[in-house]
Amino acid sequence: MIDFFAQIFGSYWPEVSLTAWTLIKIVAIVLPLMGAVAYLTLAERKVIGFMQVRLGPNRVGYAGLLQPIADGLKLLTKEIIIPTASNKFLFLLGPVLAIAPAFAAWAVVPFDLNLVLADIDAALLYVLAMTSVGVYGVIIAGWASNSKYAFLGAMRSAAQIVSYEIAMGFALVGVLMAAGSLNLGKIVLAQVGGFWQWYWLPLLPLFIVYFISAVAETNRLPFDVAEGESEIVAGFHVEYSGMAFAVFFLAEYANIILVCMLAALMFLGGWLSPVPFLPDSFLWLLAKVAFLVFLFLWFRATFPRYRYDQIMRLGWKVFIPITLVWIIFIAAMMQTPWAHLFH
Amino acid sequence: MLNKIKSLMSSLMLVELLKGMALTGRYFFARKITVQYPEERTPQSPRFRGLHALRRYPNGEERCIACKLCEAVCPAMAITIESEQREDNTRRTTRYDIDLTKCIFCGMCEESCPVDSIVETRVFDYHGEKRGDLLYTKQMLLEVGDKYEAQIAADRAQDAKYR
Repeated sequence: MIDFFAQIFGSYWPEVSLTAWTLIKIVAIVLPLMGAVAYLTLAERKVIGFMQVRLGPNRVGYAGLLQPIADGLKLLTKEIIIPTASNKFLFLLGPVLAIAPAFAAWAVVPFDLNLVLADIDAALLYVLAMTSVGVYGVIIAGWASNSKYAFLGAMRSAAQIVSYEIAMGFALVGVLMAAGSLNLGKIVLAQVGGFWQWYWLPLLPLFIVYFISAVAETNRLPFDVAEGESEIVAGFHVEYSGMAFAVFFLAEYANIILVCMLAALMFLGGWLSPVPFLPDSFLWLLAKVAFLVFLFLWFRATFPRYRYDQIMRLGWKVFIPITLVWIIFIAAMMQTPWAHLFH
Repeated sequence: MLNKIKSLMSSLMLVELLKGMALTGRYFFARKITVQYPEERTPQSPRFRGLHALRRYPNGEERCIACKLCEAVCPAMAITIESEQREDNTRRTTRYDIDLTKCIFCGMCEESCPVDSIVETRVFDYHGEKRGDLLYTKQMLLEVGDKYEAQIAADRAQDAKYR
């Protein structure tokens, strides 16, 4: 493919053909991702509806399948209101800062063997960095709105994300120790050998802590005090309307898919097949991510919101000690004859 | 001590959370109770209190005798009546307005009526598109009555033994 571009632009200009090829790869990742995000909103409404013995949206298109498109059109035609008392530049920068890292992190996600945009060795660090940058969008949006609800929401969100980042980071340290690599592709390949060889089993406590932290990290129920509509209206995006609001929405759902993708890669063997007689395939990864995303929706339909101090207690006093103990346990076990169980 | 360990283990194993998820998981597959409104409707009682109507006798004479009991009893003061003597010396309304934006659908006008003239029908999905559309005049109310007379009479007959 890159040769094809070399022919078009002439081999004297290799930078251009490389850029064009990379751009096409980016589009090939971002467009399906946008589609997935759009249909995740429909899936969420459908799943929650079903769990509440309702049908959910079923009027637009067959069984409501065009609902996300109708929602998108509605949001596009709405006015973007910029509050007079806000800082206009930062107010508009907020959504951009929220969505850019949510998409940028996908650069290092391996979809299949060698099917990755940027196969870098520090992929895991890069992903952690990108998801952390996302919190700046929230803080800036909350501050620039010049509204007390938005500001409170931003503060809550920031404190919560910082707290759970630590537990999440420690959970990933366990994965690093087991895989011996920061490269996501190599982490997956270290889990070769079927369902019982994936890291979810030896690292079960870390898997659970990672997944719950991921829920908190994306500000989803039961950890969605950053939005807390019963107390602070809608939190950090209370002043946003139209497409500016939709961008926050996109970022939130892109982040959900991202953290589920990472969980699938690091704990559920990525594209590896669970049974030896079926071939490894991208479809396995899709199925695993879909299951984890479904869990997010299931949580939302089941659990009431945590109180804020309970969230902080859970993050600092429960998750961090659990992860620390399990990391030390793994480190100790790796020095014993049973070390192969933890590799 | 033992209880403490027990509760610690159960919270570490997320027992109660999993129980909750099992419940919502079961409901995920339960039969859905949504009534798909324009195609399906919920059953109505013969005593349903919807849009008002003025009835006529079978010979075409309007029932209302302008006693103004409904006007007096109406708690929202939604009814306005003016009356005059007709040539045949019976008293009839010249004006009978119900402001449906004021009406609270309590059914007291219907209850107070000595001749079963003002009634509430089963119609509930009517609408107005501009200001004043929901101020129903005598003519409009009589038209509603003419249109739904069969249903109104059937409902009164069914409810007669409880009145």
